[in-house]
Amino acid sequence: MDQDNRIGDTLLEVKNISLSFGGVKALTDISFDIKEGEIRAIIGPNGAGKSSMLNVINGFYHPQEGEVWFRGKKRESMKPYQVARQGVARTFQNIALFKGMSTLDNLMTGCITHMKTNIFLQAIWKGPAEREELEFRERVEHIIDFLGIQAIRKTPVGRLPYGMQKRVELGRALAAQPKLLLLDEPMAGMNLEEKEDMSRFILDVNDEFGTTITLIEHDIGVVMDLSDRIVVLDYGCKLADGTPDVVRNDQAVIDAYLGVSHDD
Amino acid sequence: MFYRESGDFKTNYADDQQSFPIKLDRYAVWVLLAFAFFVVPFFINDYWEKSVLVPFLVWSMAALGLNILTGYCGQVSLGTGGFMAVGAYSCYKLMIAFPGLNIFFVVILAGIITAIVGIAFGLPSLRIKGFYLAVATLASQFFLIWMFNKIPWFYNYSSSGMITAPERTMFGIAISGPSAPSWATYLFCLTLVTIFAFIARNLTRGRIGRAWKSIHDMDIAAEIIGIPPLQAKLSAFAVSSFYIGMSGAMLFGVYLGSAEPGEAFGIDKSFLVLFMVIIGGLGSILGSFLGAAFLILVPVLMKNIMVGAFGWPADLAAHLELLFIGALIMFFLVVEPHGLAQLWRMTKEKLRLWPFPH
Ligand SMILES: Nc1ncnc2c1ncn2[C@@H]1O[C@H](COP(=O)(O)OP(=O)(O)OP(=O)(O)O)[C@@H](O)[C@H]1O
Ligand SMILES: [Mg+2]
Repeated sequence: MDQDNRIGDTLLEVKNISLSFGGVKALTDISFDIKEGEIRAIIGPNGAGKSSMLNVINGFYHPQEGEVWFRGKKRESMKPYQVARQGVARTFQNIALFKGMSTLDNLMTGCITHMKTNIFLQAIWKGPAEREELEFRERVEHIIDFLGIQAIRKTPVGRLPYGMQKRVELGRALAAQPKLLLLDEPMAGMNLEEKEDMSRFILDVNDEFGTTITLIEHDIGVVMDLSDRIVVLDYGCKLADGTPDVVRNDQAVIDAYLGVSHDD
Repeated sequence: MFYRESGDFKTNYADDQQSFPIKLDRYAVWVLLAFAFFVVPFFINDYWEKSVLVPFLVWSMAALGLNILTGYCGQVSLGTGGFMAVGAYSCYKLMIAFPGLNIFFVVILAGIITAIVGIAFGLPSLRIKGFYLAVATLASQFFLIWMFNKIPWFYNYSSSGMITAPERTMFGIAISGPSAPSWATYLFCLTLVTIFAFIARNLTRGRIGRAWKSIHDMDIAAEIIGIPPLQAKLSAFAVSSFYIGMSGAMLFGVYLGSAEPGEAFGIDKSFLVLFMVIIGGLGSILGSFLGAAFLILVPVLMKNIMVGAFGWPADLAAHLELLFIGALIMFFLVVEPHGLAQLWRMTKEKLRLWPFPH
């Protein structure tokens, strides 16, 4: 019921995306949309093209065919940093933190697209640069509290355990205050407790900040619980798209996941 | 009194992110600066100026510059000598063209010119990385030295091919030229290096420094969170070259007085500064100073001991010195890649717990 006023217009739409690497077709004619405020999942077996799909959305891969529409406008070919500056943040399947920097510095770097003072003001520091720094420090401290990572604020992230790194990476993405947050297997390799924590963070982010989230996840139970709608990919093609209930009962999806042969 | 941070609580974020978060460090820095500015000038003599203090300051400036590029932004450069030459020749041409210009501004302008040249030579860094970038910067080193040798306009068609710094003043006191007093050249260099060390600290702790560090750690991730890689790398090249250009201008204008490009700014100087940064500590402002101090002072010390005290022949001492420095560089690369600055940090860490290690 609150579902209806939480979810708004289309935020992002991909139309007929095809992507191949040499002879390998990673994505074939994929179309779907992501609505403002929803949690959208992409699932599928290994090598289905899920990560490639996120890479297309954030401008890291450039598809041979198809269009990406963001906030009602067709997006021309863009560099990843330009996409980030439009309000798209993401985390990676293999964590991509700045390992030599502290948790705090990683999160502060996440804010970088919003920081404006020029190099001369930075050189002087006192005045605008320091004020800006403190303003964003405040924002970052909120995220640190939210994620419960106060104790590792000053620790170089390379020294943190895997689960914590995943959390810091989420924090860095949140620091950008994105409109669209892309999470590539945020719970991979986590134990049950860590998965529960992460699920709660995802729901809270969506709920409190109204952030639209697109996530890839292998744990079907988690996906069914979290998401509003699910896209299923297999061998680069779209198998199904809909609410968890629809997807769960889709024959093609069941076959793909159970490996049932199609010849009967 | 113990050296410690307990009891030194931070109650707001401004205190937490200052340059020297521990009170005792803060005092130590101020005491050191006060000593350098208000005591040393009264006691400095020609030997201390020429052999120890001024070279230390000049090479600290160069090490700060290279540390910004290599230590913070992760772009290895072997072109430092060439960029110092750009600073030196800019300094020379500016001195000749504007005889009335205060030497302080001459050095700053020489830095700015070098920054522009640095941006041009930094352009390939978008495409090439690591070892290949090092080779490209090596090419720029040779190209620049060749250019300053070959084009007579740079050395005003002098028959020797050398450039010689005329006397230039600040507040009526000679800073360059043969009659400049020791205390004046020392204070001039000290002032510049102090100002720009604080600026380097400010740049590296804020937005721009984090952009550089993130490029260093993982350039793809940096781009994906919204950092334009070209802009970040070129700004590092610009700032770094600015510092290196100033150090070249100081080396030529204030310290050497005259220079020949291959001799004063050869490839050995590029390596010297790189070793300073490695030994001192990559990505550390303090490390730039420690590295410069080490590589300037250790040779002076060794020479004094071997030649002065033991009476060994000077060329034997020079060879032993090279061996020793070479061994040290290997030691640091293998055992402590974060350099003297890290050793210093660890010592403080221990002191902080002392005398109760648990
Ligand atoms: N940069 C690349 N170069 C060549 N092939 C690629 C590249 N990126 C992806 N592929 C190929 O595209 C296909 C889809 O890969 P992708 O990483 O998108 O799968 P995925 O659904 O994320 O799988 P997983 O669940 O294992 O993460 C695979 O066959 C992969 O080998
Ligand atoms: Mg993947």
